Amino acid sequence: MSTTWYLLVSAVVFCIGAGGILVRRSPLVILLCLELMLNAANLALVAFSRAQGNQDGQIFAVVVMVVAACEVAVGLGLIVAIYRRKLPVDVDELRELQG
Amino acid sequence: MAEVVFFIAAIGAIAGAGGTVALRNPFYSVLALVTHLLCLAALFLLLRAEFVAAAQVVVYAGAIMVLYVFVSAYVGRVDHSVGPNPGPGLHWTAWAFAGALMVELFIAVLGSGLTVLDKQGTGFFPGFGSPAELGKLLLTRYLLAFEVASFLLLVAAVGAVILARRREGLEPAGTVSVGDLFSSTVRTGTIDEHEAGAQLESGGSPKR
Repeated sequence: MSTTWYLLVSAVVFCIGAGGILVRRSPLVILLCLELMLNAANLALVAFSRAQGNQDGQIFAVVVMVVAACEVAVGLGLIVAIYRRKLPVDVDELRELQG
Repeated sequence: MAEVVFFIAAIGAIAGAGGTVALRNPFYSVLALVTHLLCLAALFLLLRAEFVAAAQVVVYAGAIMVLYVFVSAYVGRVDHSVGPNPGPGLHWTAWAFAGALMVELFIAVLGSGLTVLDKQGTGFFPGFGSPAELGKLLLTRYLLAFEVASFLLLVAAVGAVILARRREGLEPAGTVSVGDLFSSTVRTGTIDEHEAGAQLESGGSPKR
């Protein structure tokens, strides 16, 4: 399979994730859609790494995974904190920093 | 054979992504994302990225998704609209933006004219993408990125604990918070204190 196919799959997944972030209102699902976008970028990185015969792209993909794990930990901590304070778990309602 | 596996995995990945966005229950969204991640790992294997595929399955589909499952089960079904619904117009505008982005990316990929994209890829040496080769790169050329990533993980873990801990006023009496570790009373270290402690252990001081 040529690299173009992988890039097209990556583009489709990225756009689904971007659309989901714009549409959905639950912070949990928005984090999931963020994961989709990061994974689409990972797929493009690994595809380019294969096309070039160079492993640097795979290292980059692993680092992206680490950053995604950090983002998930902090984001889920925020969601749990929001839920504990009995605030609405809805990004349209959570517009104010005042707490 | 590779084509068949590619198309199965690609369709699975795109369907999983669509399910993540479309399903109303966040718990099912998480499960759809697990499907997506497993199909993506198959694509990584086709691209000779064995270590990345293994990390994808073990770390992503294993560990991170367990976090998601726990939190979605803890928070419960929250996707019912709380405030006023912004209306279907905004909804379709958002999808129109996503579609425009996809058209733009397709034009960028298909219209680039780069001949390297139309080939399967250059030759690779034995062990390409194996844990040994990636480990060598991580500990030599990308040592700084490796260390910074480990520090970032530490900071994120501490931050998540601080964020998700029980707050003042919401907690029942008797729980221990992280703040207690830093607000302990200063010990003088004298013999009196030691004796007082010993008396407490043996039933309290006779003065009481």
